[in-house]
Amino acid sequence: MRVPLWGACLAASLIAARVFALETIIINQGYDNPTKIAVVPFETLDSTDAGIADVVSFDLARSGQFDPLPRENMLSFPARIEDVFFRDWRILGIEYVVVGRLRSQPNGDFSVAYHLLDVFNERELTTRRIDAQPPQLRDVAHSIADDVYEHITGIPGAFSTKILYVLAKNAGTSYATYELKLADSDGARARTLFESDEPLLSSSWAPDGRRVAYVSFEGRRPAIIIQDIVTGARSRVAEYRGLNSAPVFSPDGNRLALVLSRDGNAEIYVKDLLTDELRRITRYPSAIDTEPSWTADGTGLIFTSDRGGRPQIYRIDLTNSMVERLTFEGDYNARARLLPDGKNLVYVHRRKGTYHIAWQNLERDEGIRVLTATPLDESPSIAPNGTMLIYATQVGGRGILAVVSIDGRVKYRLPSAEGDVREPAWSPYMDAFSPGT
Amino acid sequence: MDDEGVPYDEDTGRPLSRVVHFDFDKAVLRPADIRVLEQHAAFLSTARDRSIAVEGHCDERGTRDYNLALGEKRANAVAEFLTAAGVRRSQIADVVSYGEEQPVDVGSNEDAWAKNRRAVLVYQ
Repeated sequence: MRVPLWGACLAASLIAARVFALETIIINQGYDNPTKIAVVPFETLDSTDAGIADVVSFDLARSGQFDPLPRENMLSFPARIEDVFFRDWRILGIEYVVVGRLRSQPNGDFSVAYHLLDVFNERELTTRRIDAQPPQLRDVAHSIADDVYEHITGIPGAFSTKILYVLAKNAGTSYATYELKLADSDGARARTLFESDEPLLSSSWAPDGRRVAYVSFEGRRPAIIIQDIVTGARSRVAEYRGLNSAPVFSPDGNRLALVLSRDGNAEIYVKDLLTDELRRITRYPSAIDTEPSWTADGTGLIFTSDRGGRPQIYRIDLTNSMVERLTFEGDYNARARLLPDGKNLVYVHRRKGTYHIAWQNLERDEGIRVLTATPLDESPSIAPNGTMLIYATQVGGRGILAVVSIDGRVKYRLPSAEGDVREPAWSPYMDAFSPGT
Repeated sequence: MDDEGVPYDEDTGRPLSRVVHFDFDKAVLRPADIRVLEQHAAFLSTARDRSIAVEGHCDERGTRDYNLALGEKRANAVAEFLTAAGVRRSQIADVVSYGEEQPVDVGSNEDAWAKNRRAVLVYQ
């Protein structure tokens, strides 16, 4: 199924925000009986809903768990609860209906009010009013999708999140350029955070959703940069002799795990960002130790090491330095990330000479599940609600981003109109309109 | 000497190669490259005013940060060979890994990968 995000019917207020974007193409819906929902075009006084319902519907569709009703199949377009005839929706097999309205304020701001209705029980599950400014229309739509998703599935939605990625153009030539990009989780509204003629890689988010860390080869040597995505301010936090790579923020945001070779070979260190104190974590001469990632409680790191001869995933306890090997299947397992529950792991796994994203439960010894099927899959990054992961792959000789559900059943791609797209990093929750914030 | 002031290969009569290649996920020098590195070492041992940087590179397979570390291992293998063969530490101005970020061939096939798994001597 191919769903263009931007239908011709959308209002200019949403389209104006699109300068460069990735397009989302759903590859595999995945589930046999997705929840049938109708997001009715929101009522406005000037007869357009500014695309809010389309964005909400498409968010729900790409989760694979919902099958939104196309608006041309709707029998009516209610905007208030009292206008909803549940029988009309029941005839269409619809389980949930979202109705809402958008009003402009004299100062140019707008307000959106909506209701989520359970058709079979004929009751309201939730209602909310959001006041926002025009550039925030898509944020409002993603927030509504998050709210609807959570009320129906019991899992917080992650549609309001952002993704970081690197757009490389002409890599391998003397006129290569690299851009660190920030976009909505559906690829829309991409903007450039930093651009360089030298490679950029290994971007990751601070838990505050405001700072990002990455490796930049500007000046022909690697350095680790922390950048504020709002002000654009950059600071160099590591520029030692040798490697400076793989930065990841601790869960409290105050420490940065990173990889340096200043003491001879690639080892993992933790830098305290408040005191600048640097602590060496791994000590394994002649082996590569890299790609650290924190456990949820911040007391341990998982990492890649070839200390056993081939790259495998290990865990180190930061309190007693005890090391435990976690992967045993295959001869190349690398760049692991833990799911938010701390019990499940995803990583890059080589099988028959090709590289896929694999999943493994750490508590039950039930083997691994390969989630992807393209040959050069890498850089898995997990959505904060733990339902999906974004990764880099190659299709037709070009780097693109793709998303797969943790059970492997739902897949969509985010191809770019230009260049090679790589190194995605999924942000923490960042819904500006969430009732909890 | 060629235009960078580097000697010709005694065996081939052509400018001495500044690139050595590696097997997949390996940082071990190949016998064929050792003869080339010995000639670089002999030259640098007599030209003490010359210095080099060593760059390490990988093919596109595997993960980027692992490849950064692997590229450094390759560059270090070259630097250590040269110093063991008489080159002074101070003549090795820099050892930098670019991992898989700077391929010489952007193809996704064995030929391209073999060319990209390399260390490069850059005369300063």
